[in-house]
Amino acid sequence: MKIALVDYHKGNLLSVERGLAGVGAEVIVTDDAAVAAAAEAIVLPGVGAFADAAAALDELGLRESILAAVEAGAPFLGICLGMHLMFAEGVEHAPVGGPNPRGLGLIAGCVEALPKTDGAGRAYKVPHVGWNSVEFGEPNALFDGIAPAEFFYFTHSFAAPASVATIAETTHSVTFPCAVQVPGRPVYGVQFHPEKSSDAGARLLANFVAIAQQARR
Amino acid sequence: MLTKRVIPCLDVKDGRVVKGVNFVGLRDAGDPIELARAYDEQKADEVIFLDITATSDDRATTVELASHASAELHLPYCVGGGFRSVADIRKMIAAGADKVSVNSAAVANPQLITDAARAFGTQAILVAIDAKSVPGNPNKWEVYVAGGRKNTGIDAIEWAREAARRGAGEILLTSMDRDGSRDGFDCALTRAVARAVDIPVIASGGVGKLEHFAEGIIEGEADAVLAASVFHFGELTVRQVKESMRAAGIPVRL
Repeated sequence: MKIALVDYHKGNLLSVERGLAGVGAEVIVTDDAAVAAAAEAIVLPGVGAFADAAAALDELGLRESILAAVEAGAPFLGICLGMHLMFAEGVEHAPVGGPNPRGLGLIAGCVEALPKTDGAGRAYKVPHVGWNSVEFGEPNALFDGIAPAEFFYFTHSFAAPASVATIAETTHSVTFPCAVQVPGRPVYGVQFHPEKSSDAGARLLANFVAIAQQARR
Repeated sequence: MLTKRVIPCLDVKDGRVVKGVNFVGLRDAGDPIELARAYDEQKADEVIFLDITATSDDRATTVELASHASAELHLPYCVGGGFRSVADIRKMIAAGADKVSVNSAAVANPQLITDAARAFGTQAILVAIDAKSVPGNPNKWEVYVAGGRKNTGIDAIEWAREAARRGAGEILLTSMDRDGSRDGFDCALTRAVARAVDIPVIASGGVGKLEHFAEGIIEGEADAVLAASVFHFGELTVRQVKESMRAAGIPVRL
């Protein structure tokens, strides 16, 4: 299974690369739209801010190639900001008074700042940093072999909106989607960092590779 | 629910752990990666490597350490010490560090926090503050730099606020009064800073026994607790610490 790990020039991809390689994937780190489009599966990692990353995807021609590959059936996993970029738009580093930068639009909705208070007005620290429990309702192949309420490592200040794509949730100041799947397709996103989440994280990456292999069969 | 973190801190010089390590079961107690891996197995939530190398020339070994760590560890890690510019930080992030901590250089040039947070995201930038109480004034602490040798006269709470405003993702707060004392965290200091900022605060300095960790969270209102020697000398395991925190009603990952 050859997986294109998309490099949009915003930070280090080593941990994700090694995490995927550790579960048996052959990883090609690439910023080349043609390579991404031709890959058997695509992983979009999470570094930097929404507006900068969205602009980088456009500059490198990656937006169209990723969408074309996904349209053609390529399995996809977005991690952290990579999950945010699956949505239609996001407010992070949006120009003042201007329109929100556009994501890939695989899922409708806008990625917003994580609130600093809950419904009762209690204060919460943001960024949401550390290990939090992941609650999934319906069984999903991405969480195969992973216990309900297992802990994963999070570090983020923005969160995706709830939608039909939500497959797991986590609660900090508010309850937000921490894993998504475009319904009926092998197209996933996770807010947490599986590559930093010990054994459970490795299991999730292995599950994604297994899903991708099955989808490509 | 977000759990409270327990973070072992490793002082590293020329790529080796210093400050004495007497950790049973390691082949090489001076190897920071091997020690970090042992903490990973004990369910440490992250680790911090603090580079105490004297000159920047020797820091290449710490960049190598960061790269090695990204291959060997499956938990988040932070590297601190000696960063003077965004370019210095970029090298460490590119080598695989999830976060860096800045201390003296940020006091000398607060713009470094702003620039680094913009370049790498707030979650990647910890601001480390070494604070010491002002004699005769129990609710005032000042910021020390240069490894705690030099008093800047800057108010620690004001500095924490400014760091947060400039984009720091977390504050790593060390009490100079308590560091090495084994008397427990300075909970008054920790609480004052934790209430002054809306970003997570890591309490550091003073742990000597099990109960101190829960005190840092409950009385100090910290989001994470850091210790070094009690772990390195095998006096306490991360698991023991987390079990005692859980018994005190604190959510932890076990």
